[in-house]
Amino acid sequence: MAWGLLLTIIVFIGVVGYVLGSARAKKQIASSAEKPHSRAHYHGWWVFLLAVLPAVFFMAAWSAGSYAYVDRAISERMPEQTADSAIASRSLALGMVRNLAAGMRRLETDPAIAEVPESFEELRPVLAERGVALASDTQDYMIPIAAELNAMQDNAAWIGTVIAILLSLGGAVLGLRSVRPRGRARNNVERIITLGLLAASTIAILTTVGIVFSMLFETIHFFRSVSLSNFFFGTVWDPRFAAAGAEAQEGQFGLIPLLAGTIYIAFVAMLFAVPVGLMAAIYMAEYASKRVRSVVKPLLEVLAGIPTIVYGFFALVTVGPFLRDMSAAIAGGPGFIQAQSVLTAGLVMGIMLIPFVSSLSDDIITAVPRAMRDGSLGLGATRSETIKRVILPAALPGIVGALLLTASRAIGETMIVVLAAGVAANLTLNPFEAMTTITVKIVNQLTGDLEFTSPQTLVAFALGMTLFVLTLGMNVFALYIVRKYREQYE
Amino acid sequence: MTDAVYKGGDAPRASVRRDIGIKKRYAAEQRFRMYGIIAIAIGIFFLAALLWSVISNGYTAFWQTSINLDVTFAENIIDPDNERASDPNTLLTANYPKLATDALAAKLGVDPENRRLVREVGGLISNGVRTQLRDMVIADPSIIGTTQNVWVLASGDVDSALKGQVNLEVEESRRKVSDQQLEWMRVMEADGVLEQRFNTGLFTRGASSRPETAGMGVAIVGSLYMMLIVLLLALPIGVAASIYLEEFAPQNKLTDLIEVNINNLAAVPSIVFGLLGLAVFINFMHLPRSASLVGGLVLTLMTLPTIIIATRAALRAVPPSIRSAALGLGASRTQTVFHHVLPLAAPGILTGTIIGLAQALGETAPLLLIGMVAFVADYPTTPLDPATALPVQIYMWANEAERAFVERTSGAIIVLLLFLAVMNITAIILRRRVERRW
Repeated sequence: MAWGLLLTIIVFIGVVGYVLGSARAKKQIASSAEKPHSRAHYHGWWVFLLAVLPAVFFMAAWSAGSYAYVDRAISERMPEQTADSAIASRSLALGMVRNLAAGMRRLETDPAIAEVPESFEELRPVLAERGVALASDTQDYMIPIAAELNAMQDNAAWIGTVIAILLSLGGAVLGLRSVRPRGRARNNVERIITLGLLAASTIAILTTVGIVFSMLFETIHFFRSVSLSNFFFGTVWDPRFAAAGAEAQEGQFGLIPLLAGTIYIAFVAMLFAVPVGLMAAIYMAEYASKRVRSVVKPLLEVLAGIPTIVYGFFALVTVGPFLRDMSAAIAGGPGFIQAQSVLTAGLVMGIMLIPFVSSLSDDIITAVPRAMRDGSLGLGATRSETIKRVILPAALPGIVGALLLTASRAIGETMIVVLAAGVAANLTLNPFEAMTTITVKIVNQLTGDLEFTSPQTLVAFALGMTLFVLTLGMNVFALYIVRKYREQYE
Repeated sequence: MTDAVYKGGDAPRASVRRDIGIKKRYAAEQRFRMYGIIAIAIGIFFLAALLWSVISNGYTAFWQTSINLDVTFAENIIDPDNERASDPNTLLTANYPKLATDALAAKLGVDPENRRLVREVGGLISNGVRTQLRDMVIADPSIIGTTQNVWVLASGDVDSALKGQVNLEVEESRRKVSDQQLEWMRVMEADGVLEQRFNTGLFTRGASSRPETAGMGVAIVGSLYMMLIVLLLALPIGVAASIYLEEFAPQNKLTDLIEVNINNLAAVPSIVFGLLGLAVFINFMHLPRSASLVGGLVLTLMTLPTIIIATRAALRAVPPSIRSAALGLGASRTQTVFHHVLPLAAPGILTGTIIGLAQALGETAPLLLIGMVAFVADYPTTPLDPATALPVQIYMWANEAERAFVERTSGAIIVLLLFLAVMNITAIILRRRVERRW
């Protein structure tokens, strides 16, 4: 039976439980002299929760458990993997069986098929007719195993369904019997709600754990085939998508050129964004009239709302060619700036960062107490002197924090550099040449056909881990500085 | 010496003020002010340059050159051996482009025997004509043998030439449109046969390797699916998490841990979420690649911190007196929150959610990693079918070499920006109109 239908049945039992429970509570409350503790519908809800929650949890656990159990049982029935096996690896063979089982499931309900053919030659056209494509080297011995797989799954699903429905009915009956005027139904329901809220907020932790573990896992896989020094200290990036059989060629996975490119491009971006963003923030916080501010601030914030892919395209078709042509005009020959270069990517990324710098610094500058400003102005300092000598020093820790946050965003930025920085892993100091970044290489290694065993794919996770650790460190440090600074004035 | 004795010389007069460099300081003040104005000007200049670049490149994408033809559905071309009753493939594989080429050649007065000229005539018409005429015939086989008036798409090169995107000064052999074809275009345009019409195909078609038949319909549907999934998952989870943290959470280690995690997740690079999706949803849970479900899940995780932070601010803005009053009248904490605080915070939550959705709509990098860079020509019917997203479609078109794709890309960007503008303006209006100030 399909899980969706089962869920509907359970919810239906719950709804019936709700109706009966609240009716029963209403009747009891009306007839008894005791002061009721909870209103009738809380009793109804409590019955609903008792009927639904245990059954749903059981369903989830059962389906996960039975999947693992069936998987193992099938795996045991597979013939031993030997050197001359027709299929290269065991997991590949298991995948074929699973595919076959899914295909054969379609035949079960088909009235035209009385008996499932026993050889692959016969089965294949039958399945192909129904839109199921099978791997061409599927073996005959897999067909009975696939049939058995289906049978075991059916069995497990059937048993699970019966138990789930019994659980649901039992919960409903238990809930209905516990309805009495002094019963603490509201407290029970509210406790469940609070637990649900807690569960929702732990998703943040689960996400972090998921990120760390998924990347750690694949990274460890990666370092099984590539040495640590090759990755961390290598200066050559040449992963070599090796063709099958060419195992002698080991790729070079040097992180250094990528890291250098990442930091260089982020540096150029910050070089552009920090003065512009900071000065814009200072002007808006200290000089601009309310009217100017109400126009300019949203306009700059529009820059923050534009998707990064749009910036990337802007760099690709407008800024890059413009810089190239300009340098060609200056040099009078071929331009010295390449269309895809550190400068292009850095400049466009800088544009994207302006609103981050300006709005973060704006908040921090406005948070400096009025008294400090007035004191300085009262002593005869001009506004710019007040800003330079009093406000900025007071706001400095906060601004440093803001800049760190901005820099971590620059390092993790992907789409601009994918389109504007180039893919060649150069190690150069010339900002007019193309360099590449960690994020570009993650995208490069993971788009297209991939298998999850080759170091060429797994390196993306090692790069992602590096990126995650890098940005996490900067963020934690930045938040620490910002928090410490805030405490001074509160 | 205790007395300072004035030794004569030029006595400073009281009327001349001591020079404390006031002019210099005022000049510095003016300069500093100037820097601020220049900085803002730079920011606004780049905003304008970006928008101008996109719009000037892209507004033409909304019009597409079409040719009006009287196509004769000749039976001897579609079904020369009269097999269509027995073999259903006949109508699918017939030589439809020839119908259109013949019709156009007749219109231009080209001798059908002159193969070179006929080939050039064929070059004027998009290859998409095959599916267009085929669909017409399959929908209504009785039109075989009749003559119908249809608008067919001109080829991408003709379209670019007509829009002035191709430099026609260069030698004939080095451009894709020949002089003869240009001459025909002029004639047809004068007759009103060749015309730029509104490009509905841009919004309805799927991926295509030819610019004139490429559209972002599939991408829009994929993006809508993902927005729906994000809304259905991120809004309830985000609101629940915020309520817990603002209204129920005790001050303990777990609460601290959750808070730190949310703040950090808000700053994790989006591509890392893509790696998470690839490893967990696709590799571990075996969900299909390129599916909008996986994209929606990844974007949900990415959007959650934004929604939680906005919701918490909205909850905090509800004054404590509301809570005290409800509690004082005997409501439980849960009742207080769900009956009083939450409805009052709803506009703020909605604003935050719309902004979070807008952010998710424009996100590209994580979707690349979960395989949404796919050539999808058919509409996805469920969230488990392969699909692309609007920003990913932009990325794929940006990588195409043909000039006509630059126009398409910019057109798609305009559409994306319009979507985002509508969402953000809605959020701003909500904030101004509905949100209550306490």
